[in-house]
Formats: sequence, C-alpha cells, structure tokens
Amino acid sequence: MTENTLKDKDGFETMYLNMGPQHPSTHGVLRLGLVLDGEVIIKAEPDIGYLHRGMEKLAESRTYQANIAMSDRFDYVTSMNNNFVTALAVEKLLGVEIPKRAQYLRILMAELNRVVNHILFFGFFAMDLGATTALIFGFREREEALELFESVCGARLTYNYFRVGGVSRDLPAGFIEKAGNFVKMMRSRLKDYDDLVTGNVIFQDRSVGIGRISKEDVLAYSLSGPVMRASGIKYDIRKDDTYSVYREFDFEVPVRENGDCFDRYMMRMLELREALKIIEQVLIKLEPGEILAKVPKIIKPPAGEAYVRTESPKGELALYLVSDGTANPYRLHLRAPSFINLQILQKILTGVKVADVIAILGSIDITLGEVDR
Amino acid sequence: MDAQKYLNEIKGRFPGTADAAPERIKDGVPALLCPAPFLFEIVKYLKAEGFNYLMDLCATDYRDSLEVIYHFCALETNVKLTVKVRLDREKPELASITPLYPGADWQEREAFDLLGINFPGHPDLKNLLLPCGWEGHPLRKDYSRKPDQYD
Repeated sequence: MTENTLKDKDGFETMYLNMGPQHPSTHGVLRLGLVLDGEVIIKAEPDIGYLHRGMEKLAESRTYQANIAMSDRFDYVTSMNNNFVTALAVEKLLGVEIPKRAQYLRILMAELNRVVNHILFFGFFAMDLGATTALIFGFREREEALELFESVCGARLTYNYFRVGGVSRDLPAGFIEKAGNFVKMMRSRLKDYDDLVTGNVIFQDRSVGIGRISKEDVLAYSLSGPVMRASGIKYDIRKDDTYSVYREFDFEVPVRENGDCFDRYMMRMLELREALKIIEQVLIKLEPGEILAKVPKIIKPPAGEAYVRTESPKGELALYLVSDGTANPYRLHLRAPSFINLQILQKILTGVKVADVIAILGSIDITLGEVDR
Repeated sequence: MDAQKYLNEIKGRFPGTADAAPERIKDGVPALLCPAPFLFEIVKYLKAEGFNYLMDLCATDYRDSLEVIYHFCALETNVKLTVKVRLDREKPELASITPLYPGADWQEREAFDLLGINFPGHPDLKNLLLPCGWEGHPLRKDYSRKPDQYD
C-alpha cells in the first residue's frame, strides 16, 4: 500500500490510521485504512474479506433447497429477504406457479423482516453517534418481531422458512391478531423514536449535511435501496420492476433530496411506515389455501440461467443462478447490496473528518456477512 | 421488446457480436455475446444510450472457457440488457469498465480474486476477499482445496 508516500497539501508527511479490523463501530469485521492530514481524511481504503466464507463455492456442492438454508447466512439480519430471492431464482429456472397464500405469506415475512432491519438500523445508527437508549428501544421492538418469526418457523435468526414452490409452514393460531397488534404497537413506538432521535438537536448536528452522495455518484457506483432514494432517485424494485404479488399492495416509495446521513436515516424511518402498511394489507387479504406448489422431491431445474432481483431492506439483492440440469447449482452469484453500497466509502470519506467516519458508515447500513459472503 | 433495438444496433456496429443462446436465459432479458476486444466500446456505447446503471458484474467458469456477465439497466425506461464475453481459460484478459462505471471496481476485483480474470485498465487490481498470497482461484471448477487440519 502507498500510504506514507502521500503528502498533505503543504508537503508534510501524513499519518496512516488503521481503523479496525473490528472497530468501525462493530458492524462486523471491517478494516478502514485512513490517510490523515491532521483530522481530515485524504484517502480512505476499506479492506474487506475478514468474514469470507466462500459461500458461492459452497453453493455449488449443495442442493437448491439447502441453498435456501444457506442464504439465511448471507445477511443474517434480513434472512427472510435472502430466502425470498433464492426461492424466486430457483422458481424462475423451474418455471413453477406459486399458490396465492404462499405469495402473501412471503411478502408478509419479507416486510416484517424489513421492519426488523430498519429498527436495528435505527438503534445502531444512533449508537454510532453516541446515543445508547435508542439501541435499547430498537432491541425491545425487535424482540417482539422475532417472537412472531419464532412462532412461525421456530427460529429467531436463521429462519429457513421458504421452500422452492412456497413456504414451509402455515401460520400458527392467533398469528394474525398478534401481527396486527405488533403493527399497532410499532406505530405508537415510532412516535417515541422521533421524539428521542429524529428531532434531537445533537443528532441533527451530527448527521445533517454529513456524507453527501450526489445523484451522479449513486448511478456511477450502482448504489441501491434507501441510499439511492435518499439522494433523490425514486426507484424501488418492488414498484418499478415488480416481482411476486407486490403490485397488489398500495404503498408509497418515499424519496429524499439531500443524500446526507440524516436523509438516509429518514428514508429508513419512512420506509418502516410503508412496510407496516403492507403488512396490514397482507393480514386483511390472507385467505386459506395451499402454501406449497407441487414440485418434485429432488429439484433439478432445466439447464439455463437467470438474474433475479429483489428489493431487500439494504438495496438491490439479486441472484445470478446457473443450472446445468443437476441437483446442485452450477454457479450462484449473489449481488449483495451491502457489498456494492460499501464501495462509495472510498469516494465520500475523502475530505471528511475522522469523527464523521462512523456516522457515514452507519448511515449506509451494511452487514459484513453479506459484504464478504 | 425495446432492448432488441439496441441489440440490433450493436450487432450492426461491432462485427462478431451475436445473440447469446436465448433458450438458456430464463429471466427474459435479452443477452448479447460479444468479442472481448470490443467490450469496452460496446459498454461505452450502452452508457451513452442511457444504460446508466450497472446492476451486476460476475463471472462463471464453463470449463472450456470463462464467461464474464454484465447486467445493465436504464433506470428511466427500465430497459435491461445483458452483455456476455467469453474468455480463454489460459490467459483471461478483458478491458476494465471501472473508468466508465466506478461501481465495477470491487466486482472486477472479486472476479480477479476468485476466478483469476485480469482486467487491464483497472486502477488497483488486487486481492479483495481472499488473504494476500492465496494460491489458486476458488470459483474455478478445477480448483482443489488444500487439506487443512480438519481433514
């Protein structure tokens, strides 16, 4: 690396600061190599790969169904969304129709998981800026959502709920009522969130105008999800390139203009409300029916390939899947939103003060499990 | 199909470009197989035509050759297009598109790391996910893992 050969603008030697592997406020094992001129960063280089588990290689020795189980571990905060994209990709290759009820259940779980992700983001982002109470608030609500997941599939983190052709189990008795209560509870708690964090002067001082990402950069760096929409590009795959039965639901795609840390935070808070809206609609629309399509015991999709994209809470989560007609995928490539969104750090950290690094990193919302795969 | 218009235009401009086996592609996005020397120019043309978003860049080992796959999208019109390039397995080399799409940076480094594809023109081509000095390219089909303490 070239660090110490870099000089600052007056020709003096710069300092090389090694942030991590671990610290960057412990979103995971990440190392940031920063070249500093006093307090200002003149070059930033994220170093990833500490959590590389070779999942794309592992996928080639697992059956399609086992790959859904493995997809839980891509981004361990949004397991349901990972299950979703994997199941969709296999179904695209197989060409099967999914029963209506299974479609609704999938969307219900994906949106619940979106709520969980955004609650966690709320907690961690405030924590990155030094507010501990928000994290406790976030975990309190997350607990309730995890109990819902647990009642459905028995797991709290790695759900393995989706099957090729549907979902693994139907809802337990009383779930709809509990989920309805969760939505109501969440709505009232969101007011607390806003009172505690959104309107907080210190929070705004630390986030408004920090880490601006322009529209041009969003496109050039292929950023997606809330990071993209916070910079004024209204594009949501659920609306603009719709999949499953999202077109049956009525929801808004919020968009903000400034593209700074505060707007990225606000995006999550607004999306959270939209996700709650979708959950409510699913709960009303659910009708009894099949939850699993007829698929062969051993899944062997015909030779072919597909690129299937979905909107995960973090951005465009897509799977490029190649089948050669055997029971295992020939190639599985994950287009991980965290991985691609993280690249922008190299650009926007330049000229920023060290104290803002964690705010910017936190506002992008990454999971290192997905970055390194 | 709107994307077909661009396909025909490219096929006319760059000799040797052909449709990539449409029966294999199940997602309904038209794909183009283009010769490696033209790739940079084709991508430049696509960018000028409004394909402003590189959705994904990845590579696959097909045993007889390596394939690099680019998924493009024009966000305004939602037209999607796939570009594929076949490379020689012994000396895989392909112009980097990072100067056009900075977002390709890490994705090209990943392909370099895991499949051993060289991207001349890339600003900083080096290991990304694997540790420095790792031998071999794990996503190649003939990669054999060295036994470790658990074997």
